[in-house]
Amino acid sequence: MSTVKDSLVDPIFKNNPIALQVLGICSALAVTSSLKVTLVMCMSVIVVCACSNTAISIIRNVIPNSIRIIVQMVIIASLVIVVDQVLKAYFYEISKQLSVFVGLIITNCIVMGRAEAFAMKNPPLPSFFDGVGNGLGYSAILIAIAIVRELFGSGKLMGIEILPLVNDGGWYQPNGLLLLPPSAFFLIGLFIWALRSWKKEQVEESEFKITSNTTNAQEAM
Amino acid sequence: MEELLSLFVRSVFIDNMALAFFLGMCTLLALSKKMQAAIGLGIAVIVVLGITVPVNYMIYTYFLKEGALVWLSPDFATVDLSFLGLLSYIGVIAALVQILEMFLDKFVPALYNALGVFLPLITVNCAIMGASLFMVERDYGFGESVVFGLGSGVGWALAIILLAGIREKMKYSDVPDGLQGLGITFITVGLMSLGFMSFGGIDL
Repeated sequence: MSTVKDSLVDPIFKNNPIALQVLGICSALAVTSSLKVTLVMCMSVIVVCACSNTAISIIRNVIPNSIRIIVQMVIIASLVIVVDQVLKAYFYEISKQLSVFVGLIITNCIVMGRAEAFAMKNPPLPSFFDGVGNGLGYSAILIAIAIVRELFGSGKLMGIEILPLVNDGGWYQPNGLLLLPPSAFFLIGLFIWALRSWKKEQVEESEFKITSNTTNAQEAM
Repeated sequence: MEELLSLFVRSVFIDNMALAFFLGMCTLLALSKKMQAAIGLGIAVIVVLGITVPVNYMIYTYFLKEGALVWLSPDFATVDLSFLGLLSYIGVIAALVQILEMFLDKFVPALYNALGVFLPLITVNCAIMGASLFMVERDYGFGESVVFGLGSGVGWALAIILLAGIREKMKYSDVPDGLQGLGITFITVGLMSLGFMSFGGIDL
């Protein structure tokens, strides 16, 4: 059973789809200004990723190699349509806020990337857990960013006031920058920094080494 | 004419695909290390966006929209196929990219060689898909969708070329270990995006 646990837990910190594999960043940035919307988005991605991984893995031996991308696309697109329709039916307000980003799960590289890299080679059950795990890894970062952005940007979480704002007679001066799109970039950048200071093996090699200009320079030569 | 011009300027600067809507981010971050590659990819995106958005517009208006099939037979006035939208757009994009690749290979080999591996990659670039979805959501006409497609392509190309320029310089700077590579790129894009936000005040 350790493999199940590994494929569930690994993508969250060790092999995170956003921080290490650089997949699925587009939606990570655009939907994180409020926690509620983010949670819905994460659920959709987990569902799509798990189901598409399972479906593709079941028929992996039948798919001709030359048209596999199109087959994967069609499976993913159909699943996304289902998710989109469900959201429109039961969470209309949120689906309006998510606008095009539900549709963009299709081109979310996490789903496609896992289908290609894992589901095509493994049996259905591990593929399912791999899908869930990668969805969770994606969600972990999204939720962390959404919490920071909503809490410090508007003093609320899930619409409930946590830090009373100055405007309403409280003490917290909201940081307007956090509600603007660019802040998501800074937060993800800092998040990656934090993650890599903890898991040193993820640090990328610098292309050029700067020689220090003190006495050490002598030793370096 | 004037609205089209302002739509173009708007989609290049104010509603920049990459820096205001974060579309095509994966490719933007992964392939902006070298200037040459960035320029090739930028051109490919302009071409593909300029073609796919109008084509998807036609698919939407003549096949998928409610009552769009009336030209086939008046009985179809109530047929609404718009839920098939996602599936058909991605199909159109994949097919078009494939056709474009074959066409360029046969007739414009110079451009084909220049674009090389980037053409097929564009299928999964969310900027392309996103532009088609925005076109539907904002109810653009045919002329507008052509201009919008080209404009967002130019905007995206601008963003990746600028980022590649910055990253080429940044190779020589001393970045903290954990921030090396991906981390510092994120922060750079964030600063660029802040810069582009200043275009937001322009009233067209």
